[in-house]
Amino acid sequence: MSADIEKEMWTSKLRKSWQKNLPVEKLLPDTQPSYVASWIYLFGVATLAALALIIASGLVLSFEGASWYHFSRVGHFVNSLHFWAVQFFFIFMVVHLWGKFWMAAWRGRRLLTWITGALAFVGSIATAFTGYLIQSNFDSQWISYEAKDGFNSVGIGSRFNVTNFGQMILLHVAFLPVIIGVITIIHVLLVRAKGVVPPIDAFNKELGERK
Amino acid sequence: MSDPRAELEAAPWSGPTRRYDLIKEGVVALLILTIIVTALSTLFGSPDDKQITFKQWAVAAPADFFATSVQELAGTSGTAGYGAPYNTASVGVNLGPIHLAKIMGVTHPIDTVNDFVITPLTTVANAAPVADALKQWQGSDAKTQSTWATNYDTALSKANQDPTKVPAGDFGPVPQLAAGLLTMAQAGSLDGALLSQGNYFQSDYTKQTLFLGDGGYFSDQSTASNLQGSTWGMMNETGRYPGQAWLWLYSFWYQIPPFNNSNSHPFGANADAWIMVIMGALSLGLICMPLIPGVRSLPYKIKIHRLVWKDYYQEQNL
Repeated sequence: MSADIEKEMWTSKLRKSWQKNLPVEKLLPDTQPSYVASWIYLFGVATLAALALIIASGLVLSFEGASWYHFSRVGHFVNSLHFWAVQFFFIFMVVHLWGKFWMAAWRGRRLLTWITGALAFVGSIATAFTGYLIQSNFDSQWISYEAKDGFNSVGIGSRFNVTNFGQMILLHVAFLPVIIGVITIIHVLLVRAKGVVPPIDAFNKELGERK
Repeated sequence: MSDPRAELEAAPWSGPTRRYDLIKEGVVALLILTIIVTALSTLFGSPDDKQITFKQWAVAAPADFFATSVQELAGTSGTAGYGAPYNTASVGVNLGPIHLAKIMGVTHPIDTVNDFVITPLTTVANAAPVADALKQWQGSDAKTQSTWATNYDTALSKANQDPTKVPAGDFGPVPQLAAGLLTMAQAGSLDGALLSQGNYFQSDYTKQTLFLGDGGYFSDQSTASNLQGSTWGMMNETGRYPGQAWLWLYSFWYQIPPFNNSNSHPFGANADAWIMVIMGALSLGLICMPLIPGVRSLPYKIKIHRLVWKDYYQEQNL
């Protein structure tokens, strides 16, 4: 194939861009800059580990049905795994987020990495909220009754009806996890492509500055 | 013109490096977390307080159920007077001159008289007084029905919700209808009648939830479980379990003036809408934080980053 034809192809353009920005050495590196040496760096991967547990336990729950955990001991145990994994997921994510804020981790053209991380946080809150609505117990009855006023007050309730169990369960097990999954994958790929942000004063000497 | 510091920060790191096994880190993190989560699940389980049914409500608090049924007939219940998206009884809350709920319209219509009382009663074989009451109600015009229900609702309220202390009056079949619904609920047949509403498949619990919320029993149970909005309810969970702690900021606004006073205008009375707007703006602010002057400078002024990169700063003598 001639170089000119290849140049016009979307597929070859995408391949070249991918190879340039995210070669496999960047995607799966075996070294990191020496400054990547703090416990705070563990919270990103810990968040991903919690997400993996949430997805695994959630898949089992979805195969068995919404009521399973009410009458099955195994079901209740799997529901408990899901419940505690969610608690850890948010703890890890919030620490990760605060850590990245104090590192000003958006520096060096990493704005999109921050934005996708923040979107994942906000999206995760929505996903967890729909999870609490489909517990099919007293807590979910009360949460849906109370929360309807907030969503109705700004017109969202006309389309997003928190008292509609069918709508909430579909959003929780299908739509929202796909959104979170896609955002998370983009976020991780951006982290790998852009690398870990260097310390704030790393280039003072090169720039002839003193801080 | 590009910022030279940004260029350097964006460029691939050319300084010293260290071994870092990402895959091993991820697998070890997953294993440790699995052990911790399994241990917590085994030791503590997870919350699962049983749902409240209409049967439970009608048996535990018959006077409250009876009075709520009368309110549904009279149009004085919370749902009957809610407005959009359920009906047009009120304009709902506002953001200044904007009534967003009203603009979006009635998308989940609820007629409390028929959906909550009359239609469920027609699904079962009723005893003679209830069957006669239904016939009388259905044979009357809307104005007469409203007069009967309003008269009885007012009288019942004056009698402190005790039907035995209500003096005789122009109530039509309303007392018999409410008594019939109470009997139906106590027998356990109202739950199914409200859910199905003539359909085989059903997954929308809007009507049941709103009817349940119109009474005092449901609210009392949530107060006992510390789930009320005025006590950080949205981030609490039943029992001694952690709830949605990540909703703390959303719950926070409901705890402070003017939002904690529903009689305060314009913000307290419309707290739901204003708090949604505030949280929407704050969420947008979080997403766009690196673009917000002042906020984006905080990491440079409050040097917590020196703890993160402590070794690097020592090595580089920065």
